[in-house]
Amino acid sequence: MSSASRRRLWVLHLVVAALIISLGVRLWDVQVMNSRSYSTLAAADMTESVVVPSVRGEILDDTGQPLVGDKTSLVVSVNNARLSQRPDATAVLTRLAALLHMKLKTLQDKVRLCTRNVPAPCWSGSPYQPVPVDLNASDQIALQIMENPGQFPDISAAVQPVISYPEPDGANPAQVLGYLQPITPQEVKQRHLTVTGFSGVDLVGQAGLEEQYDAQLRGTPGIQKVSINADGVVTGTVSQTAPKAGDDLVTSINAPLQADVQSLLADTIHKSQAMGHDVKDGAAVVLTTTGRVVAMASYPDYNPSVWTGGISEKEFKYLFRDGGPAYNYVTQGEYAPGSTWKVTTTAAAVQQGFSLYGQYACPATVDIGGRSFANDGNPNEGYMSLQEALIQSCDTVFFQLGYDMWLKDQPNINSAQNPNAPLQPMVKMEEKWGFGYDPGVDIPEQSAGSVPARQWLYWLWKDNAHTGLDWCKYGREYGSLDQQYDYDDCQDGWVWLPGQAANAAIGQGYVTVTPLQLADAYAALANGGTLYSPRIGEALLSPSGKVVERINPPVIRHLPVAGSTLAYIRNALQGVITSGTAAEPFGGFPLSKVCVAGKTGTAQAIGQQPNSVFASFAPCYHPKYVVVVMIPNSGYGADFAAPTVRKIWDDIYGLEGAKAALQNGQPPTSLPTITASGSIKPPAGYTGGKP
Amino acid sequence: MSLRESYRLAPRSRGLPPLNTGGAGAGRLLASRRSRTWSFLRHLDWLLVLVVLALCVLGSLLVWSATKPSQLQLGANPRTYLYKDVLWFGIGLVLMVAVAMLDVRRIRAWTWPVYGITLLGLLAVLSPLGRASAAVHGAHSWINLPGGFQIEPSEFAKLGLVLICAWVLSRLGDGGKRPRLREVALAVVCAAPLAALVVKEPALGVALVLLAVLIGMIVVSGLRLRWLVALALAGAGGVWLALKMHVLKSYQLSRITSFTHQSSGLSSSNYQAEQAKIAVGSGGMYGHGLFHGALVAGSYIPSQSTDFIFTVAGEELGFVGSIAIVGLLAVVVWRAMRIAARADDQFGMLVASGIAVWFAFQTFVNVGMTIGIMPITGLPLPFISYGGSAAFADMIAIGILQSVHRKRTGLAAAFGTIGPAPVIK
Repeated sequence: MSSASRRRLWVLHLVVAALIISLGVRLWDVQVMNSRSYSTLAAADMTESVVVPSVRGEILDDTGQPLVGDKTSLVVSVNNARLSQRPDATAVLTRLAALLHMKLKTLQDKVRLCTRNVPAPCWSGSPYQPVPVDLNASDQIALQIMENPGQFPDISAAVQPVISYPEPDGANPAQVLGYLQPITPQEVKQRHLTVTGFSGVDLVGQAGLEEQYDAQLRGTPGIQKVSINADGVVTGTVSQTAPKAGDDLVTSINAPLQADVQSLLADTIHKSQAMGHDVKDGAAVVLTTTGRVVAMASYPDYNPSVWTGGISEKEFKYLFRDGGPAYNYVTQGEYAPGSTWKVTTTAAAVQQGFSLYGQYACPATVDIGGRSFANDGNPNEGYMSLQEALIQSCDTVFFQLGYDMWLKDQPNINSAQNPNAPLQPMVKMEEKWGFGYDPGVDIPEQSAGSVPARQWLYWLWKDNAHTGLDWCKYGREYGSLDQQYDYDDCQDGWVWLPGQAANAAIGQGYVTVTPLQLADAYAALANGGTLYSPRIGEALLSPSGKVVERINPPVIRHLPVAGSTLAYIRNALQGVITSGTAAEPFGGFPLSKVCVAGKTGTAQAIGQQPNSVFASFAPCYHPKYVVVVMIPNSGYGADFAAPTVRKIWDDIYGLEGAKAALQNGQPPTSLPTITASGSIKPPAGYTGGKP
Repeated sequence: MSLRESYRLAPRSRGLPPLNTGGAGAGRLLASRRSRTWSFLRHLDWLLVLVVLALCVLGSLLVWSATKPSQLQLGANPRTYLYKDVLWFGIGLVLMVAVAMLDVRRIRAWTWPVYGITLLGLLAVLSPLGRASAAVHGAHSWINLPGGFQIEPSEFAKLGLVLICAWVLSRLGDGGKRPRLREVALAVVCAAPLAALVVKEPALGVALVLLAVLIGMIVVSGLRLRWLVALALAGAGGVWLALKMHVLKSYQLSRITSFTHQSSGLSSSNYQAEQAKIAVGSGGMYGHGLFHGALVAGSYIPSQSTDFIFTVAGEELGFVGSIAIVGLLAVVVWRAMRIAARADDQFGMLVASGIAVWFAFQTFVNVGMTIGIMPITGLPLPFISYGGSAAFADMIAIGILQSVHRKRTGLAAAFGTIGPAPVIK
């Protein structure tokens, strides 16, 4: 060997030594000096948090009957969007069918998408949503599926809450309950919700009570830390926090009464429809005078079970079409109140110094602002007290009062274009009764109605003179009636005109209210002046039966009306039943057993049947309940709304052959209780259901 | 008298007499065979054998541990790869012994046929025969054999290169003559098709090993320093040109560039590097114990039974186990260099040096890429990684080392000295 080679071999020795030493040093650095940080990274690599869904709370009626039931069951779902991509999809489904004791054809039909020319059964939900094929699988089947992801790829078996709508006694307040839908990414972000990522579980209340009380009803999901391998296959459980079931919501809805109110409302509407009237919607509500909702029926309604297991697009479009059954007309329907409105006009007039004991003319017509306003269908009735004016529902008395209040106000500021114009005294009183504002009921769907305050008029004009409805473009001085209106509105739409004041005084023109607002105002009238924000929820019960929260209707305000004035008006409304506009529909009603007071309302609409309205309370002294029925475009208040209200009173108190929905006409005084076994016990004296 | 002549002169009976002839009644033939067997065993580098055996055992255990979880998950026998690995090293041992028994002159005589077969193998990979085979990681590096076996010719290319370079560079004889530039050029010319075919596969890691071995052997061959410097400059220019001409595939470049700016996101090559580092680092001082690596169990590291086997060692055996494996491999390299230093002819010296560079470089790159000091290239860890071709090539290399060693010690024994080879003129 050459000496050069020998030297070079030494160099090689050194190079190799350097390589080995650098490996050793680096190993020391990685494995000994920085081992902890790598261990942390490794732990993060190997675990994943799995959200264990919590059982959603139920929604109960006042005796503990579930309006929305919830039970958990093992649901087997097929992620067909992914499974269908696999070449062995049919083989997988064949295995699954055998496991579920199902025919392959049945299973394939269940998971196929409902598209054109595909007959039922088919999956009408989102194509990306796992299709539940067995809603009540046994533990054994679920285990077989979960333990063999190789055999059952894209098949999952998971504990899922299954929502049910038992409709106790036939009660189906679908719009009140709301519905559950898969959570959207925006909601996850906004509310910091923990989600399982499994669309059948990550449901969130989207309307009604389900939305309002979503946080309490949904409970707290558990977190299970599982170790996983690189393929995401779970290899074990590291730690676990158990899910906490949601609270049950007890409502003041009484299921038997709710069912009766629903069917009575529907019957009346069908009756009006049979007479050829184009009635599309209607609402009926029973409220306690302390602001609790006992029944809330909105027509049209729908079967809420369309929401379970994914709603089809067709059904969705049907529900949410304009005027569709998803709308809660009790809280969202904005109807002209007609003469039921006269109680606020009376209160405003008295506040403005018009005497409660004076005499007021009730001519056949009055001329206000160059227009003639007629007393609906009636000749000159001469002079009468305000009480009589309410009993007879004399329009001209209130037209005149409206105009007189307009005159007493500051007519000079009416014509100014002022976005900050002060309230007219009449409007001020109406707003005090809760009109023009959301009543704050515990469901998100609610409307404020409208009262034509000066500011309101200003913005209406601002929004529609040259934009929006574009009055100034379409209006013609000598055109059709609509064009004339547009022309006038363009000219002076912001001006609070005497004619508007007259119209507003009898609950027409720009005045609209929701049935719930009207009932709430009448409750304030009945209870002596306390305006409540109505509540449907009564209490939240923990799964162990503890009362988590009692929900009481908050007091919005006390009406700025003297107790004597309210008593005066209440007396008048008692007369409406005995000798006034509602005497006929209440003919033969056992007033000696339960004294009922009320007011008819018939708001005219051009080219349509009037809005039929009846607002009432009972008993006359120490009233307990308010019942309001509003059916637009159906006919006179006395013809449709009032007879319906009468039957509702029959159902509440068990009169005229009806079975009392509420024992002794009283709502339960205590809450239903949840026993140790988890079953629900009705309050003492109640059996749960129709007594 | 030249050394070559001294071989010729050395009588066969010069071997040490058997210690135990099995009694006076034993036949002469038996005694002769025994003495030859004894002589063979006596003249092996036993430390090298033991270290290699230790590495094989360790490797089989690690392969077992690395493949057990995924095998269980597939519902297959968790020991399948253990058995296969043991089989490969069993065959490897037979090959090692067979080669070790060869006279180094015969090995030298077989250089060109071996080189030719290696070239053919590499060509076969690129032929439809290889292309039809499963493309592993976007590379064609396998030939399918009947019976479901596959062979990876690039592993044998290292052997071919070591032999051909040793043959070419030792052409001028053992008389202390330095090779001239002509020999070096010839070596490069012989190495070029091997390297080119390997790059074509593409098996970049193997190509780098080939380059390292070639450079190492040229340096050790004793080429004049000025020529070495000139070659180094030419090489640097070549690298610059290669980059300029986009010889490297984009994924190969990304592996190397992602290495230079690490933790710039989890690209797939960075992911491998990060996962490997996490696995090794989480092992700590003593590791989680064989079969107890959580990352191993979760199959977090791609190719963890082959190229990334060291991560299993890192996580399960900790620093102690890792350094032991590196240490054992270092012993192999040291023995190879020792055999080179004591080889009594230039061919043997160069072969042993080439093998030393091969193992040293491959160990450094393989271990280095799991701890973030080398870019990721597809190279197995000698004796540890799963794979028949690599096991055979490694064991044959050990066999060649033994052959060189045996020759030297056998000769030394013949002259009754243990020390530098006697120069007989």
